[in-house]
Amino acid sequence: MAAARRGLSFWIDIGLIPLINLAAAFLVSGLIVLLIGENPLRAAWLMIYGAFGYGEAWGYTLFYATNFIFVGLAVALAFHAGLFNIGGEGQAYLGGLGIAIVGTFAGFLPRFLAIPAAIFSAALVGGIWGLVPGWLQARRGSHVVVTTILLNFVAASLMAYLLVNVLIRPGQQSPETIVFPHAFWLPQLWTWLGPFGVDLGRSPLNASILLALLCCILFWLLIWKTKLGYEIRVVGHNRDAAVYAGINVGRIVIIAMILSGALAGLMAVNEVLGAQHRVILGFVAGYGYVGIAVALMGRNHPIGIILAAILFGALYQGGSELAFDMPRVSRDIVVVVQGLVILFAGGLEHLFGPLLQARLMRPQRSQP
Amino acid sequence: MQAAAIELRAISKRFGGNVANDRVDIRIESGTIHGIVGENGAGKSTLMNILYGYLKADSGAMLVDGSEVEISQPRHAIAAGIGMVHQHFMLVEPLTVLENMLLGSEGGVTLKRGMTAARREIARIERDYGLEVDLDAVVGELAVGLQQRVEILKALYRGARTLILDEPTGVLTPQEADHLFSILRNLKMQGRSVILITHKLGEIMRVTDRVSVMRRGQMVAHLETRATSREQLAELMVGRAVLFQVAKGPARPGPEVLRVEALDLKDERGVARLKDLSFSVHAGEIVGVAGVSGNGQSELLEVLGGMRSPTRGSIAIRGKMTCWRSIREQGVAHVPEDRLRNGLVRGMKAYENAILGYHRRRDYGGFFLSIRTILSRTRDWFSRYDIRPHDVFLNATSFSGGNQQKLVMAREIEHGPVLLLIGQPTRGVDVGAIELIHRRIVELRDQGMAVLIVSVELEEIMSLADRILVMADGRISGRMPTAMADERAIGMMMADGDAVAAD
Amino acid sequence: MDYFDQSVFLAASTIRLATPLVLAALAGLFAERSGVVDIGLEGKMLAAAFAAAALTAISGSHLLGLAGAIVTSMMLALVHGYATITHRGDQVVSGMAINITVAGLGPTLAEAWFGQAGRISLPPGRGRFMPIELPFAAGVRDIPIVGLVYTDIISGQNLLTYIAVLTIPLAVWVLYCTRFGLRLRAVGENPAAVDTAGISVASLRYRALLMTGLLCGIAGAYLSIAQSEGFTRDMTAGKGYLALAALIFGKWRPVPAVLACLLFAFTDALQARLQGVSLPGIGSVPTQLVQALPYVLTIILLAGFVGRAVAPRAVGKPYVKER
Repeated sequence: MAAARRGLSFWIDIGLIPLINLAAAFLVSGLIVLLIGENPLRAAWLMIYGAFGYGEAWGYTLFYATNFIFVGLAVALAFHAGLFNIGGEGQAYLGGLGIAIVGTFAGFLPRFLAIPAAIFSAALVGGIWGLVPGWLQARRGSHVVVTTILLNFVAASLMAYLLVNVLIRPGQQSPETIVFPHAFWLPQLWTWLGPFGVDLGRSPLNASILLALLCCILFWLLIWKTKLGYEIRVVGHNRDAAVYAGINVGRIVIIAMILSGALAGLMAVNEVLGAQHRVILGFVAGYGYVGIAVALMGRNHPIGIILAAILFGALYQGGSELAFDMPRVSRDIVVVVQGLVILFAGGLEHLFGPLLQARLMRPQRSQP
Repeated sequence: MQAAAIELRAISKRFGGNVANDRVDIRIESGTIHGIVGENGAGKSTLMNILYGYLKADSGAMLVDGSEVEISQPRHAIAAGIGMVHQHFMLVEPLTVLENMLLGSEGGVTLKRGMTAARREIARIERDYGLEVDLDAVVGELAVGLQQRVEILKALYRGARTLILDEPTGVLTPQEADHLFSILRNLKMQGRSVILITHKLGEIMRVTDRVSVMRRGQMVAHLETRATSREQLAELMVGRAVLFQVAKGPARPGPEVLRVEALDLKDERGVARLKDLSFSVHAGEIVGVAGVSGNGQSELLEVLGGMRSPTRGSIAIRGKMTCWRSIREQGVAHVPEDRLRNGLVRGMKAYENAILGYHRRRDYGGFFLSIRTILSRTRDWFSRYDIRPHDVFLNATSFSGGNQQKLVMAREIEHGPVLLLIGQPTRGVDVGAIELIHRRIVELRDQGMAVLIVSVELEEIMSLADRILVMADGRISGRMPTAMADERAIGMMMADGDAVAAD
Repeated sequence: MDYFDQSVFLAASTIRLATPLVLAALAGLFAERSGVVDIGLEGKMLAAAFAAAALTAISGSHLLGLAGAIVTSMMLALVHGYATITHRGDQVVSGMAINITVAGLGPTLAEAWFGQAGRISLPPGRGRFMPIELPFAAGVRDIPIVGLVYTDIISGQNLLTYIAVLTIPLAVWVLYCTRFGLRLRAVGENPAAVDTAGISVASLRYRALLMTGLLCGIAGAYLSIAQSEGFTRDMTAGKGYLALAALIFGKWRPVPAVLACLLFAFTDALQARLQGVSLPGIGSVPTQLVQALPYVLTIILLAGFVGRAVAPRAVGKPYVKER
């Protein structure tokens, strides 16, 4: 059977290895908790309870997960084209600018236009911030990794300038925009689901999660079912073959970076339209970098990305609860787990993988 | 009997399933120039990399000056007095000549003292062997011939008594090659030994004292150069293995399909790779391009296949000038030489690979891929070309070389081309698949397709092609109908392009 | 004399801001010239800053703090080496992993061990690297120009700044005049040439990364126990990336990279000086945009619009022997 032949190696790659990488990351984090002088098992339990124990926790977990789906898809899309987009942070931030422009200057829009316009604008401006490194890579040969990092800082400065000098709410000291008109507020899910007996507390979980899931479906369709996605994957797997196949590699690099930036930009929809209703200085708060861990854990597949995003959503939500119940453990432990996941699933990807493949595949190979 | 400078006994080396060296024995007498010839992939370079410690042999013994030595790292080889000039130079381009010399034998923690000493020592070597190089020049700015001289100097400076040169003349002009040979003779006179790896028979006859022939990982002969001839060496290199008999009738050439005129190609470094090529291919005929690899055939395929644009010259398909990027739309199919590098995408499934290059066609959908059409076609090709395992969802890497080749062939043939370009049709392909592939090529010819084959297997060209073009040094050094060709004459044209071209 | 005073003030603060950048850029120089991309400068510096503050706070000895910073940073360099040299992992991913892990670990441990939300404070006025007054600094103050330059710019910096200054010629000397430097320059360009010369590529790269760790350690210690009084969350604030940009801007050569650091530090000093100041004819200068200048300049340089920054040829590629 085809499935059986593909089976073992496939499942090791998709299932077992991410789990082992995750286990390694948790093991090291556990040691750190031990070092702090707390019980790692109790910490883990507090975290799980804090993330899934009650309705509002679920709401927050999924709210964070929504952010991570967007940035995870952004990193994954670039990965499919063989590009490492570290600029999710800046692209998401600029997505906020897209919303701010519409929300500030087109506040008169009726609801049915306001939200689509804001969403489109977030994707557009994020996409432009992805286009720049894409174009530089394709036409000038400057490496995407370096330029996206640098552009994160440029984005931070640019947004600081705009929020302090241009978009700031009149008569206000702190650098943030006006609160956008209600037409720009995405519905909270607890208002929808409450009547059906689903308790989400007062969590900020909002309709953006539907947009995130829609993006997952579109991502899957694009990458595996369209000609554009086909060309993106060929470029990502083997540039020589792409040239052989007459694919315009530079064009694909640019398109992939635009789409990647647009996906990252959509993260702002969840934070701004869904929760804060205004753009605040530094609202991305490092979430852009979580996308790297999510894409690596999720193996660049939407299903994997959803699972990994929920995992990290749970970490972020559970981490806050943990910090509350165990004052000695800071919420920042979550960032440690995130870094370790990137280390084990990315930097040390050749550590467990080949070991396991060799171990588990050998007996099968000896069969005729 | 005096101990040999180098003696290798029963050296074996495998790469995965491929046997690169199979119990190879060789003896290099000191004070001689010893040639090793063989086709590409015969295992010469592997053997030398083992001797130099860059690769480790699976088994076998190495003797230097009669005593057994363990060479598992380059520094062991250097210590044993072995130096090597690699085919791709092992030079650090932004560094100066002197710095390159010093690398690995700096003579102290700081460079100053070592540099002064090295200058003196190198000046002496330069004088002794006639190898002048400006020590303060930046290596990357030197001409290729001079870079090679730096490599030789480097080996001598490190005390090499035996010098290995791997395909040293591939990158040289004839004048530079002449100079190199006089340097090698000079080295011999000073009592050093030289191992010269090449596939150019002319060079072997000109400078070597003894010659060993390798074929498919094995040593097939050790000869005194004086007592042999190019013809004998060519025979030994190609071997008298199975002669493929392809049943085919005479060609009935139709109208001209491909016309190439005055084609020139310079690579990124400005080196001419194709020089003034003109030829044509007609419908219903197979034209074979013979030649030792590295003489411009790969570049010719890349240009015709639309992978790079020529520097000058024109290519017309059925009388129409081509635009190099959209070559497939004009009916050109291309089975590339290196399937894994460009013909297939390893990480993608067989059915996805089955449309590579043709994916933009309307029959495969508009924006979306019509996967159903792709699957049904791929399944059809799988059964008609007998591609195994019969599973279109497997990754391209899960197929053997022969099945990969059949997949690429099927893809290129079944999209209805008027011209089929095939590079190395049977490289890495098992015997059963060879037959099927050859039969299919002849069928296509009989159906009126124009076919251009590039192969380093002369036999393959002889048995498949209706007309033969021989390439040497980027030029066409000979052309003839197969009926009037004989292997020796072609071998001579391949081996020494200039001589024949001058005829 | 007002403008002159201003310039002296700017120069002095440029030097203070340039110190960690110079150290980190030279740290990056060793890694990248050996062929290993090091995005993890930021993380190593931050970890070192934490270790320095923590050890100084516990032991009261800033020298112990410095030693701890160096050891911590070198250990992270070894992690990077283990992932990228031994296991041939992706160098960018590994560097990123280190940065993120450290960004979380510092505040976590600070909170657990020192009970302050993500920070370690040192008692003011003692237990850290204090400004050193060079001989005659007070005496020559009144000599016009030269005196002020000597007293306010050259004198009065702390030990780590002087170390950073000494590191510059030292790095140049190591890179261009020693065996290690020659091999380093070679291995980042063509590791196969180094391998065939009988030198181990892996051990060379590990040693280069240890140098990187050493210098990042000093840079981190400067941040927490010299420039400021303790550790705060994310106190590197992108200095590691800025140093990387300076390294690229300096085309991977030590002296130009240091000059780029000075330029970047100057824009930073200027930006701080211009905050809230209204210049005649121009009005208030958008300081946030001045802040972005180093990054924008580096991007323009990378795009090849002015000159061309060519990286060491083998940078970013794990070394795998050819057949």
